[in-house]
Amino acid sequence: MSKPVVATASLAGCFGCHMSLLDIDDRILQLIDLVEFNKSPDDDIKTFTKQCDIGIIEGGCCNSENVHVLKEFRKNCKILISLGECAIMGGLPAMRNGIPVKDCLEEAYLKGPTVDENKKKIIPNDEELPMILDRVYANHEIVKIDYFLPGCPPRADLIWDALVALVTGKPLNPAYETLKFD
Amino acid sequence: MSDIKFTIDGKACKAKEGQSIVEAAKANGVYIPVLCHFEGLKPAGTCRICTVKVGGRFMAGCTTPVAEGMIVENMTPEIEDMRKAIIEMLFVEGNHMCPTCEKSGNCELQALGYRYQMLVPRFPYLWPVREVIADTPRLYLDRNRCVQCLRCVRDIVTADGKHVFAVTNRGDKTLITIDTKLAAKLSDEMALKAMNQCPVGCILRKEVGYKIPVGQRKFDSKPIGSEIEGR
Repeated sequence: MSKPVVATASLAGCFGCHMSLLDIDDRILQLIDLVEFNKSPDDDIKTFTKQCDIGIIEGGCCNSENVHVLKEFRKNCKILISLGECAIMGGLPAMRNGIPVKDCLEEAYLKGPTVDENKKKIIPNDEELPMILDRVYANHEIVKIDYFLPGCPPRADLIWDALVALVTGKPLNPAYETLKFD
Repeated sequence: MSDIKFTIDGKACKAKEGQSIVEAAKANGVYIPVLCHFEGLKPAGTCRICTVKVGGRFMAGCTTPVAEGMIVENMTPEIEDMRKAIIEMLFVEGNHMCPTCEKSGNCELQALGYRYQMLVPRFPYLWPVREVIADTPRLYLDRNRCVQCLRCVRDIVTADGKHVFAVTNRGDKTLITIDTKLAAKLSDEMALKAMNQCPVGCILRKEVGYKIPVGQRKFDSKPIGSEIEGR
């Protein structure tokens, strides 16, 4: 049987969840025996080259590009996992939920105490830039998500246990110390 | 006075006259999760986490006194899933950002989330807009995290009997508020008591945030309730 194919992406996240995946230390060698990686920032494969079995998504959706990538993952992966608080509930970026987008952009580009050198008072609006959404969305508010692994970041042991459980078809019984929301 | 005999999930237990189901269960080494209940305070029955089944009917364990021969169901799959649903509901009806919260690791709502292995809430996020009150010298109120347990309202009272905290509005607009004039006169001890009384990170003492390192906090390595079950 061929190895399950894994793809990963970081949407509105900080790459902390990807770092935590690397925190499985030398088990990364076992992981390479267990699965094959496709599109992922970890191997720098930019586009899907085949249908994948497992898609791991870090971060939620704060702009149109995040939504586009997430939908691409849903199309190309049989199983999608929301990894970390941002993917599950929006996380830190969602602290702007409840504040109008206009206010956020004005604070960032016009009024903020660290704003400098913006004499023309421009809020970036090039059509190449993704549109900011009205609020930050959890991934399961956009597409169907199959599994959720909380944590900020999710503990390396939790990610490892979950991947092994998924690939070997066994149930996941997370240890108390590995299932945390911070 | 003779003891009252009753059972919880088939376990024979003894209680004293007037004890609530939650208190009696605790005395018998059985954990019934609570959030709005606090030992020494008159029970309010607001959160319903302690719901048990008695004679086929759901009852709040913190407000119902034990009676002779009572048959209490506590850990059945039906009740446990309902409790998990309540926890998930509390998570979506406020703005609970555990990674940014000073109470993280010491929070009772979070600890219940851990105990019930909440991976994602089954309900849609509501993202209510709630103001933070920070204009008192020792405390600030982040009402995004309030679960309206009313522990602060019931317990934090000045020497002359005035309530420092109160409830405003009704229904889903309900908010906890603070009397800023009274709060300005709170002693350090009372301010600390108010913070510790809050099960979540709504009432916080200023200038002491993130004091306990990760790994040594109350619920980092032991689930909530294990201190009762371990007895």
